[in-house]
Amino acid sequence: MIPSPFEYHAPTALPDVIALLSQYGDEAKLLAGGHSLLPMMKLRFAAPGHLIDLRKVAELKGISVVGSQLHIGAMTTENELIFSKLVAEHLPLLAEVARQIADPQVRYKGTIGGDISHGDPGNDHPAVMMAMDATFVLTGANGERLVKATEFFHGMYDTALTPGEVMTQIRIPIPAAGTGSSYAKLKRKTGDYATAAAAVVIRLQAGLCTQARIALTNVGPTALFAGDAAASLIGKPIDDVTITQAANLAMAICEPAPDLRGDEAYKTAMAGQMVERALRLAVAHVK
Amino acid sequence: MSKKTIVSFKLNGAAIDVMVEPRELLIHTLREKLSITGPHIGCETSHCGACTVDIDGASVKSCTVLTVQCEGAELLTIEGFAKGGVLHPLQEGFTQEHGLQCGFCTPGMITRAYRLLQENPNPTEEEIRFWMAGNLCRCTGYQNIVKAIQYAAAKMRGETVTTSHPLMAEISA
Repeated sequence: MIPSPFEYHAPTALPDVIALLSQYGDEAKLLAGGHSLLPMMKLRFAAPGHLIDLRKVAELKGISVVGSQLHIGAMTTENELIFSKLVAEHLPLLAEVARQIADPQVRYKGTIGGDISHGDPGNDHPAVMMAMDATFVLTGANGERLVKATEFFHGMYDTALTPGEVMTQIRIPIPAAGTGSSYAKLKRKTGDYATAAAAVVIRLQAGLCTQARIALTNVGPTALFAGDAAASLIGKPIDDVTITQAANLAMAICEPAPDLRGDEAYKTAMAGQMVERALRLAVAHVK
Repeated sequence: MSKKTIVSFKLNGAAIDVMVEPRELLIHTLREKLSITGPHIGCETSHCGACTVDIDGASVKSCTVLTVQCEGAELLTIEGFAKGGVLHPLQEGFTQEHGLQCGFCTPGMITRAYRLLQENPNPTEEEIRFWMAGNLCRCTGYQNIVKAIQYAAAKMRGETVTTSHPLMAEISA
């Protein structure tokens, strides 16, 4: 319950965040919503010497439409995603996912950028970002660089973020007409991490699948991009046969860690079930 | 060791200055330094919600926020609900509808329900259960908590409230 002592910093502008990060190096951790970091600090799994609170950095907030993309500030909270009119209009999947994350209090604090940067395979946004073909803006002393969601997750708690960088924005293409999407999450109770979950974005034209992206939550050391499963749908109708085939291809890439949520076989089977469910829902959501 | 800093915020309408180490959790500042012992501690993994307080229009688990993060904030705790000895509709609803037994989760429940009703003054039963999911209760089985929130919602909308509870006549008199 009691974290180790640390120094607290509350910069008000992005350049100050970058300067503090370079000054304190490995000793520093960025504090966003604090609903993964503080719990780890309370259990002394993490004991950073310096916390850099991003709460007052205005550049990290806000949702806007820029061209054919939705730009979301990394410090946007889960409840802000749920209540956002722009998200409801352009990316309803994102609000649907946020409603399945944690609980109301956590969603007032927890941020989309923190959920992604944490690199926990149990978090929901990573797979959803892969399915939506999101791009992350990472800002450091040398300026900005863009990293695709599919390139970002390297291992458990290990991402493309390098020391001195902060995720500043999430950019998501607004789906074209004919697109359907869904997130199917199996969990023991509200507020739990997924036993297995699947994010699906598909596009149908004249009854045939022209685009498909599928990604999986909590059935590997990172969120998993199920490229083969998605590719198997292209040019075909989405029916019982193709759905089963895609689910089998998705199950083939699973390497879940056994824990109190179940063993490898159960989690893998549930990943397949979630892919099937998400595909059927995505078809129903096409508009 | 880390330096202590003075943090200033509004607590139930009163200006507060308190000196804390950066690592001090808000729930500990409230309970141990400010004698605000209504919010409770039921876990160390941010699940139970017994520590819920309202900060700047948001329900927040005060075990998972640092006091230093509350500089300039407006805080509301269960101690700030009754006005001039008159219970808030939520406090009355929890009494009338038997929405508590041991009372350990109640301060967090009521503080969370307050923000829920600000955002949605007329929630369905399903919406109440979904938006109260951050608060655990060991005693009630939640059923009467739902009724208590429905009671308070009706009263806050200016509707006539009814309950079979024998104290009802006394309270409304």
